[in-house]
Amino acid sequence: MTSFPPNKILKELDVIDLAVGYQGNAVVEGVTFKLLEGQIGCLLGPSGCGKSTLLRAIAGFEPVMSGEICLNDKTLSNEANVLPPEQREIGMVFQDIALFPHLTIAENIAFGLSHLSKSDKKARVEELLNLVGLSGYQERYPHSLSGGQQQRIALARAIAPKPKLLLMDEPFSGLDAKLREELVPDIRSILLHEKMSAILVTHDQMEAFAMADMIAVMDAGRVHQYGTAYQIYHRPKTRFVATFIGQGDFLPAVVCGPNCVHSDLGRIQGELHHGFENDVKVDLLVRPDDIIHDDDSPSKGLIVSKWFRGSHFLYRVKLGSGHVVYCFASSHHNHFIGQEIGITVELDHLVMFEHE
Amino acid sequence: MNKKLERASAGGSVSKAVSMSSFPYLKWASVMIAVLLFLPVLVIVSNLFSGTEVWVHLVNTVLADYVSNSLILMLSVAMGVLLLGVPAAWLTSVCDFPGRKVLTWALLLPLSMPAYIIAYTYTGLFDFAGPIQTFIRDITGLGYGEYWFFEMRSIGGAVAMLSLVLYPYVYLMSRAAFLEQSANTLEVSRTLGHSNIKSFFKLALPLARPAIIAGLTLAMMEVLADYGTVQYFSVTTFTTGIMRTFYGFGDLAGASQLAGVLLLFVCVLVLTERYSRRKIQYHSSGLSKTSQRKIPLSGWKGVAATLVCAVPVLLGFILPASVLLYWAVFEAEPITWDFIQLAWNSFSLALYAAIIAVFLALVLSYAMRLHKSKSVSYAVTSAGMGYALPGTIIAIGVIIPLAWLDHKIITFVKHTFDVKIGLLLSGTLVALLFAYTVRFMAVSLGAVQSGLGKVKPSMDMAGRSLGLKPMAVLRRIHFPLLKSSILTAILIVFVDVLKELPATLILRPFNFNTLAVRAFELASDERLVDAAPASLMIVLVGLLPVILLNRSISNNH
Repeated sequence: MTSFPPNKILKELDVIDLAVGYQGNAVVEGVTFKLLEGQIGCLLGPSGCGKSTLLRAIAGFEPVMSGEICLNDKTLSNEANVLPPEQREIGMVFQDIALFPHLTIAENIAFGLSHLSKSDKKARVEELLNLVGLSGYQERYPHSLSGGQQQRIALARAIAPKPKLLLMDEPFSGLDAKLREELVPDIRSILLHEKMSAILVTHDQMEAFAMADMIAVMDAGRVHQYGTAYQIYHRPKTRFVATFIGQGDFLPAVVCGPNCVHSDLGRIQGELHHGFENDVKVDLLVRPDDIIHDDDSPSKGLIVSKWFRGSHFLYRVKLGSGHVVYCFASSHHNHFIGQEIGITVELDHLVMFEHE
Repeated sequence: MNKKLERASAGGSVSKAVSMSSFPYLKWASVMIAVLLFLPVLVIVSNLFSGTEVWVHLVNTVLADYVSNSLILMLSVAMGVLLLGVPAAWLTSVCDFPGRKVLTWALLLPLSMPAYIIAYTYTGLFDFAGPIQTFIRDITGLGYGEYWFFEMRSIGGAVAMLSLVLYPYVYLMSRAAFLEQSANTLEVSRTLGHSNIKSFFKLALPLARPAIIAGLTLAMMEVLADYGTVQYFSVTTFTTGIMRTFYGFGDLAGASQLAGVLLLFVCVLVLTERYSRRKIQYHSSGLSKTSQRKIPLSGWKGVAATLVCAVPVLLGFILPASVLLYWAVFEAEPITWDFIQLAWNSFSLALYAAIIAVFLALVLSYAMRLHKSKSVSYAVTSAGMGYALPGTIIAIGVIIPLAWLDHKIITFVKHTFDVKIGLLLSGTLVALLFAYTVRFMAVSLGAVQSGLGKVKPSMDMAGRSLGLKPMAVLRRIHFPLLKSSILTAILIVFVDVLKELPATLILRPFNFNTLAVRAFELASDERLVDAAPASLMIVLVGLLPVILLNRSISNNH
């Protein structure tokens, strides 16, 4: 093969107490996180939460009000200095794909390879087209490609110069659901194959779960929690994370021990200490999979509505107290609305917040 | 690093090209350009409220005549362009009949024909000495006054001429609206029991109404702007009145006040157009355009449809163009060195104007892209207002401040250096180029902005993240993508300048002639046949943007 410089692998991206904004108005504030070599990170949050602004600050398209962005111990942005994007060796894939319509696929991919000789360029383009599964598309023009193909080329173009870090701004939002399901694991495996560290911006938690090793859940310009998918789902640190990720309800409860609460569902014993004082009023997070339908259970709930999900039923059941919670049942247990069914609680992670 | 970066919405919508933010002067440049281009309007407006003497005189004498004639002309031409434009638009967009494909684009051809040129041609054809009446006299043996024949040179003739060349505005806008209406709209109506014709009146027409009105207002602006036709047909309107006051009486103040009244008319049209365009958005279905199955028309219906669409093309382009060609080739004086000089004058002047207009449009468009501030967007809007203004208004609005400035300069030079100098601005090409830029800024802005719209902000960022410096982004991404839009803008302005008559008449330097002015002068001397080569040249060049327009329409659908 040709002689490329060895991968300039990211050792570490550090975002330290960062604030981004304009004319004194911070769009993003107090953000700190760390991305390690080969990791895929994700900025997840509702629209307007500042995730794209944060990404663009990392790329060098936004000035920094305070704090620091460092790559491998070198400062890229701080209040005083912003290294121009073209000097950062950070690649980017855009929501609207942004292939250059006047250039062929090969020219698009080779756009950031001006330091290579002609034959090296050609080889690298070919290698990348193989990687994204579009060999032989060199001479085509972007408009003749489908949306999914264009997104693959955009990825190839961004990783062609072997950037230290790849940023992806809602790269799948323009694609239909089926294509997305196909493309997401493909792109993850391409990134892993290239040992490329990356940060993805999305508002879709399923996409985040499928792509990312580490997820930063953002709202209103702040990072609420930075952790793995498992952590943010099962141990949400804030009420926002608990409601934004997955489904669930809050039940009023009273603390009755270091790892125990009392609620409408009875006394629930958790695995870990929850850190609240005895007799404090709390709201307990109850996920659909925390409550299982069991015909033999003495506790009962009244079915209010139901969804058939193929592998299972998801019921909304009303407890004696009048509170309504989700309940999982096997897809053979087809009950009708208005029927009373037995439920058992299988709640190991006690997630709770001070009562509101 | 420049810290004056773009204001981005918290929603993370990709803001404008941050990469190009190293041009802070662009904002001020755009505001200055706008002020300069808006100056003629300001001058006219301020003169409207000063000096009541002339005003009273005008009201007592000619104003009623101008107002009534202009109104009659506008209303009649409105009827004319509706009758010619709307049925043709509906037939070509919804039905299928023999010759539909050819007629669809041929219906645009009259756009290349300035009204004054078609007027000269038909007059040459139909007046007393023309071939038609001569032929009638030859076979009947009747003499002058012994038979009835319609008089071309009348207000009716002017209505006919203007309608024949202005209907494409209505045709274009309403056709776009009809195509936008999804096939489903018509099918829903059919399932609810309405016939095709009934559906047209109950559904298609009301839905297309804002678009039709927008097209109509554009045509009306052209009617108000027309000078060549009404002057030749001796119909006294605002434009002829302004010219008469200016040339005949040398009364700049009076001309300016007439221009002010005309400006009020134009304002009504502009507001109507803006309002209709806003409504077009509400009326469009927003559904993806399905390839509409056209209603086949055969037999007598097909023939009727073909006729309805062919007549405007025949009368509005093919007949007059053929006559011009015949005159130019067989009857006019042979082409001389003078004519080449004339063509060169016209072309080089048009090219200068086009380059200036496009350069300024680029400055304005980039200012708009980089500075999303209110002042810049007002600047761009007001810079583009000239499209609605008749050339006469602009010319008067240009000549007043430039003459004032010239006077100041001459006095200043005389006092300080004791040297007598001539006019630097008002009597020179500067004034002419200034007026053209004001009048045609909008078309150039439109083309440039649509081109720049294709360069998405994320493309700038992609370029930067792939290692390009800001100037390299301009050179390697913007320029190649903008090239064709810039050429289109240059071409459109070029052709419009070539056709422009009244502003050129007022502002041209002494003894400086263009093709349009020569055609006008020869026609005024009743040398219609000798005017043919210049006219034909204008029409032929005018075909270029029509071809472009047609190509962009067929690409869209």
